[in-house]
Amino acid sequence: MKVLDFSDVIMAWPLFVSGFFLTCLLTIASCFLGTLLGTVCAWIRLQGPFLLKVIVGAYVELFRNTPFIIQIFFIFFGLASAGFKMGAIVASLVALTLNLGAYACEIVRAGIQATPKGQLEAAQSLALNRWQIFTRVMVAPGLARVWPALVSQLVIMMLATSVCSQISAEEISYSANFVAGKTFRSFESFMIVTACYLVIAIFFRKLLFWVGPRFIFGRIKF
Amino acid sequence: MSSFSTWDVIRNLLLSLPWTLFLSAIAFFGGIVLGFFLLIMRIMRPDSLGRFITWYVQLFQGTPLLMQLFLTYFGLALFGFNPSPLLAATLCLSFYASAFLTEAWYGCVISIPRGQWEASSSLALNLREQLRYVIFPQALRISVPPTVGLLVQIIKNTSLASVIGFVELTRTGQIITNVTYDPFFVYGMVALLYFALCFPFSLWGRTLERKFNVVR
Repeated sequence: MKVLDFSDVIMAWPLFVSGFFLTCLLTIASCFLGTLLGTVCAWIRLQGPFLLKVIVGAYVELFRNTPFIIQIFFIFFGLASAGFKMGAIVASLVALTLNLGAYACEIVRAGIQATPKGQLEAAQSLALNRWQIFTRVMVAPGLARVWPALVSQLVIMMLATSVCSQISAEEISYSANFVAGKTFRSFESFMIVTACYLVIAIFFRKLLFWVGPRFIFGRIKF
Repeated sequence: MSSFSTWDVIRNLLLSLPWTLFLSAIAFFGGIVLGFFLLIMRIMRPDSLGRFITWYVQLFQGTPLLMQLFLTYFGLALFGFNPSPLLAATLCLSFYASAFLTEAWYGCVISIPRGQWEASSSLALNLREQLRYVIFPQALRISVPPTVGLLVQIIKNTSLASVIGFVELTRTGQIITNVTYDPFFVYGMVALLYFALCFPFSLWGRTLERKFNVVR
């Protein structure tokens, strides 16, 4: 028996491809929703009513101080037993979004808090309303300020999608587990998928640094 | 047929808590030792070894810990060792922690102003003395908050060791759920226990950060 034999594993490529697409789908959807949730939470923590502030604060601390695998188990198994039944993919998406929302909230908040006071006064003297001030003067430059930190968090989120295989969402780690079980070539199978993750992570990071200045916060120079 | 009372569930979870702590402690300690070694290598030989260490960090930061655990577990088995889940998890988490710690500390060393390097070398200190008496004492102060933050990350990440069969808090939760069929309560309890473990460290890290920021 050869030590490393990739032939059987490579024969299963359609599984890896379909897993890859689900990983990408989960990543993109949860990044979008999670950042949105994080921004809303950041607004609440800064300017919202007191009761909401407390609730959001508790949510953020709870999700930042528990492991992702427990969150996803609680949402998929726990909530199902309490009556909220979700499919594996929907549950993954909910868990990823809530998790990222908590981290993004703190990052975006740091960015918003660093807004110079003069800019807020300038915006007010130009008669912008609260919504305009928040979106154009606080959030957009705030996101630009913390973009590197947010990108790191989004990449961590992408890597965390691998945990979704534990609740049988059929993304690329699930394919790895499945192929490993079928061909008894565990190491080779996991090696290929790990390499895929590495490539995705590098590419995703580049993509985000390209997308950010063009589509999310405009061409702002600091 | 035995039945589990609420107290039984909590007691069993609490009994598994030391394993999570144990794994976190070893991984953190291993990470500190290896991370410090890598940091020294990186500062001493920035061109040759530094590049390899950058790749090493990239490798661990660009792949999921779940895959790293599987690779360690099955990789050791493939090359003739038959690792216990504890050994595989400890090794893997130590390497993982070392990559993150060395990167964080390298950032701290880099952030020491150039003038400090120049002044200490004009006092004819060699590289070892420079690090020992000038750079590290200053870098140590700013490195404490991120290190505490990483400790929280490591405690949370030990939960992934459950997938290779290491019986700690998460795995115990899974096993109890298989008996009691009450995932809502069991995973809720597990989450609260992790929270009780991590939250004090998070608060501590935040306090330290605030304290050091004021002084600077």
